[in-house]
Amino acid sequence: MKHITDFVIEKREQLGEHYFSLVLRHPGKLPPIAAGQFVEVEVKNCREVLLRRPISIHDVDEERNTLTLLIQVVGKGTRQLSTLKEGEVLNLVYPLGHGFAVEGSRPLLVGGGAGIAPLLHLAKCYKRKGVVPVILLGGRTKELIPVREAFEPYGEVVYATEDGSLGEKGLVTHHSRFADVYDHICTCGPTPMMKAVGRYAVEKGIPCEVSLENMMACGIGACLCCVCDTDEGHKCVCKEGPVFDVRKLTKWLDAAR
Amino acid sequence: MAKLETKIHNIVLKNPVMTASGTFGYGEEFADFIDLSRLGGIVVKGTTGERRQGNPYPRMAETPSGMLNAVGLQNVGVETFCREVYSRIKDIDTNILVNVSGSSIEEYCRVAEMIDELENIPGIELNISCPNVKKGGMGFGTNPDMASQVVEAVRKVYHKTLIVKLTPNVTSVVDIAKAVEQAGADSVSLINTLLGMAIDVERQRPYLSTVTGGLSGPCVKPVAVRMVWQVAHAVQIPVVGLGGISCAADALEFLMAGAKAVQVGTANFIDPAVTVKIVDGLQDYCQRHKIEDINEIIGII
Repeated sequence: MKHITDFVIEKREQLGEHYFSLVLRHPGKLPPIAAGQFVEVEVKNCREVLLRRPISIHDVDEERNTLTLLIQVVGKGTRQLSTLKEGEVLNLVYPLGHGFAVEGSRPLLVGGGAGIAPLLHLAKCYKRKGVVPVILLGGRTKELIPVREAFEPYGEVVYATEDGSLGEKGLVTHHSRFADVYDHICTCGPTPMMKAVGRYAVEKGIPCEVSLENMMACGIGACLCCVCDTDEGHKCVCKEGPVFDVRKLTKWLDAAR
Repeated sequence: MAKLETKIHNIVLKNPVMTASGTFGYGEEFADFIDLSRLGGIVVKGTTGERRQGNPYPRMAETPSGMLNAVGLQNVGVETFCREVYSRIKDIDTNILVNVSGSSIEEYCRVAEMIDELENIPGIELNISCPNVKKGGMGFGTNPDMASQVVEAVRKVYHKTLIVKLTPNVTSVVDIAKAVEQAGADSVSLINTLLGMAIDVERQRPYLSTVTGGLSGPCVKPVAVRMVWQVAHAVQIPVVGLGGISCAADALEFLMAGAKAVQVGTANFIDPAVTVKIVDGLQDYCQRHKIEDINEIIGII
C-alpha cells in the first residue's frame, strides 16, 4: 500500500559539501518498507521545479517511526530540499518501487557515491536475517562517501577511492575484496559502476541485483517516462524497479551508456 | 450540496472531473490514494492495434511549470487490453473511457470496433493529436480533411460516445473542431500537448531521445483555456477541457470557458490525490457562490 503523508523533519545534518541527510518522523505508524524502495518528495517554493524528486530510503527506524533520506545536491530540486529546516513538514508519496530480495548467505553490497544510500537499510535487513554482508563503498574521494560509520555495525565495510584517500586506491571493481567468493551481489551507484559489477556477476554466474535511477515523473507506474530497456521490453524503473535482477538487463548491460 | 452532475453526449458524469489519458495509467495505479468511484470519469492509456514499446529513454524533461514527454504511446495493445486489463477495471464505479490511437485509419477503426464490444466502456476518446509518434497521431489532427476522414471512418464502426481529442499545434483549432463535428464526433476534448523542445546546454544535446516532445503542466493552461473558449463558441457538441489543471480554480476556468467536463493530467504526477481534491473544491466553490447546479456556470464567459 502506497501513501501520501506529511512527515516532520526531525533532524537535518550536513554531510560535507555535497550531501545532507533528513530524519523524517511519521505522524503515526510507519508502514513496512522494503530495502531499495524509495520516496517521491514534494519540492515547494521553487518556480523551476514542478515534479517530485525520487529519493531512495536510506534508513528506517520502525520503533521511532522515522525514515532517513541521504540526499546529494545535484540540481535545482535537491538544492531547494537542502534549504529545509528541522521542524518543517515534508510531503512524501511512499513507499514506492520494487526493492531488494535480501537473498544469499554471503552477499556483497557495492555502493558508489549517492548510491550507498539504500544499502544501509539493506544491510540492516540482512543483519536481521543473521547474514553479515561485505559492504564495499566507493567514491572519487573520501569526502564523497558520506555516513561511512553508519554501515559499520551491519557488515564488514571496506572502501575504494579513486584518489586513495580512504581504503584501497582505485575503482570498486578493482578492490581486493571484490573478487572474493559471494553468492549474491547488490549494487547501487553510478551507471558505469553498476554495469561493471553486473557484467562481472553475470560472467561468474552470481545472482546480482542493481538499483537503477532514471528520471521520473509520477513514481507509481502511470506516466511511463522512466523506462529501462529490459530483456522483457520497456519496464518502469519506478514500479518494476528500481531494483532489477541483472539477468533481465542484458541489453542494458551491453549498451555503452 | 450542489449538483455537480454533467453530461457528455450520452455519458452522465457524477461530476465534471475526469483524468487525462496517459497520466493515470489504467486507474489502478491510483487506487491506493483515492476512491476512484469519486471521479466523473477515467480516460485510460492510449491504446493501439498492436503492443507498442514507445520511444527510447530519455523521454521526459522537466521545464519551468511544466514537463515535456515523448513516451510515444507505449501500451499493451487492444487485444491485451480487452482480454486482461478490461476485466480488472470494468467494475470501477465511474465512466471508463479508452483513448484510441493508431497509425492508419484502419488501425483506429479496428481498435474502436474492439472497444465497442466492451459493455462497461461507454465511450472512446479518439486520439488524433499525439505529437510523439512518427506515423499517424498528430498527422491526422492537424488537417481538417484528414481529421474528417478518420472520424467518419470510426463513426461507421463505433456506436457509443465518440470524443475526438484535438491538438493545439494548428493554426485554427476551431476549423479542426468544426470538421470533426461535421464528421460525426459526439464531443471534442482539448488540448493535447503542445509540441516543444528543451536542450541540455552542458551536454550540448536535446533532453529527449526524440528531440521534440509534448509540453504539459500549468504552463500550458492559458493556451488551453483560450482554445476551449474558442471551440466552445464554435461547435454545438460538448467540449471537454484539459491542459494544466491542478486545482479547482483551474477546473472552473475551463468550465466557465465552456467545457462541460475537464480532465486532469500532469497534476496527477505531483499529487496522486489531486482529482478528488478538485471535486471537493468544486463543491466548495458552488456552496460559497450559492450555485445549486454546476451547469449554471458552464460557458458563462
